[in-house]
Amino acid sequence: MDSIISAASVIAAGLSIGLSAIGPGIGQGNAAGQAVEGIARQPEAESKIRGTLLLSLAFMEALTIYGLVVALALLFANPFNS
Amino acid sequence: MYPEIFNSNMFTLLAEAEVGKHFYWNIAGFLAHGQVLLVIWFVIIILLLLAVLGTRNIERIPTGFQNFMESAVDFVTDIARDQLGESFYKEWIPFIGTLFFFIFGCNWAGALIPWKLIELPEGELAAPTNDINTTVALALLTSFAYFYAGFSKKGLGYFKRYIQPIPLLLPINILEDFTKPLSLSFRLFGNILADELTVTVLTSLVPLVIPLPIMILGIFAGSVQALIFSTLAAAYIAEALE
Repeated sequence: MDSIISAASVIAAGLSIGLSAIGPGIGQGNAAGQAVEGIARQPEAESKIRGTLLLSLAFMEALTIYGLVVALALLFANPFNS
Repeated sequence: MYPEIFNSNMFTLLAEAEVGKHFYWNIAGFLAHGQVLLVIWFVIIILLLLAVLGTRNIERIPTGFQNFMESAVDFVTDIARDQLGESFYKEWIPFIGTLFFFIFGCNWAGALIPWKLIELPEGELAAPTNDINTTVALALLTSFAYFYAGFSKKGLGYFKRYIQPIPLLLPINILEDFTKPLSLSFRLFGNILADELTVTVLTSLVPLVIPLPIMILGIFAGSVQALIFSTLAAAYIAEALE
């Protein structure tokens, strides 16, 4: 494998997972904060809020996972690795 | 499948996660990933055993194991009813329920059973859902299911959905049919593989205690992913039925 290609793939893998963690991080923080606020205001709705929160957190996490899949493809199944 | 360079340096020394290495079986000219098939059949047998044990002598007032199975079926029924609504959910319970139990069983089978004790010539036994072929197959099944739901309900009028708000959105609506299975499969695949990779890397760094929280997180994530996959499948079917 060309060393330039492998160097570029490793850098790209790092960037793809790092950059794709930013957005969902902000989103998850927002969602969790709002959920805590909701629980503080209405403690009896806690179980319902928790269920919804976990589901939506997992949806946001999926975005990071897409970045991870790209990173893994670059590292382990690189298409440019002739 | 590894690039040559990774075989010799610290990537593989640190983590012996065998991404892209498979235990190939040649079945009638097709290459199959044997390690995935083995674990899938294991999961199927476990699920069948549970189902048979739960329904062997059904009583009107459930006791013991039948109680447990009934609550499991209730859980799946709730997923279908929440998304599909009272009028349609009954005929889709089997599909949604099978998706949920199968993915749940696969994820937990990978997390709970020490597969690494069994040595394979190549590749390793792990959760079947950490192979992209499994998740893509499940996601494509979901695609067919919602097309079937739409066609059987509306016939060719189903295609009206593509120009629904305004005809300008046609390309985006067509694109959606491709991104749905793509995101479904990548979400499941990435989550499970990420868990296993993190556990492997941590285990090779610190073998004791430290990986435990990640393993527990993996068990939790496995169940949440099964829930999400079945919820989304139900939501897509509901969208096609609307």
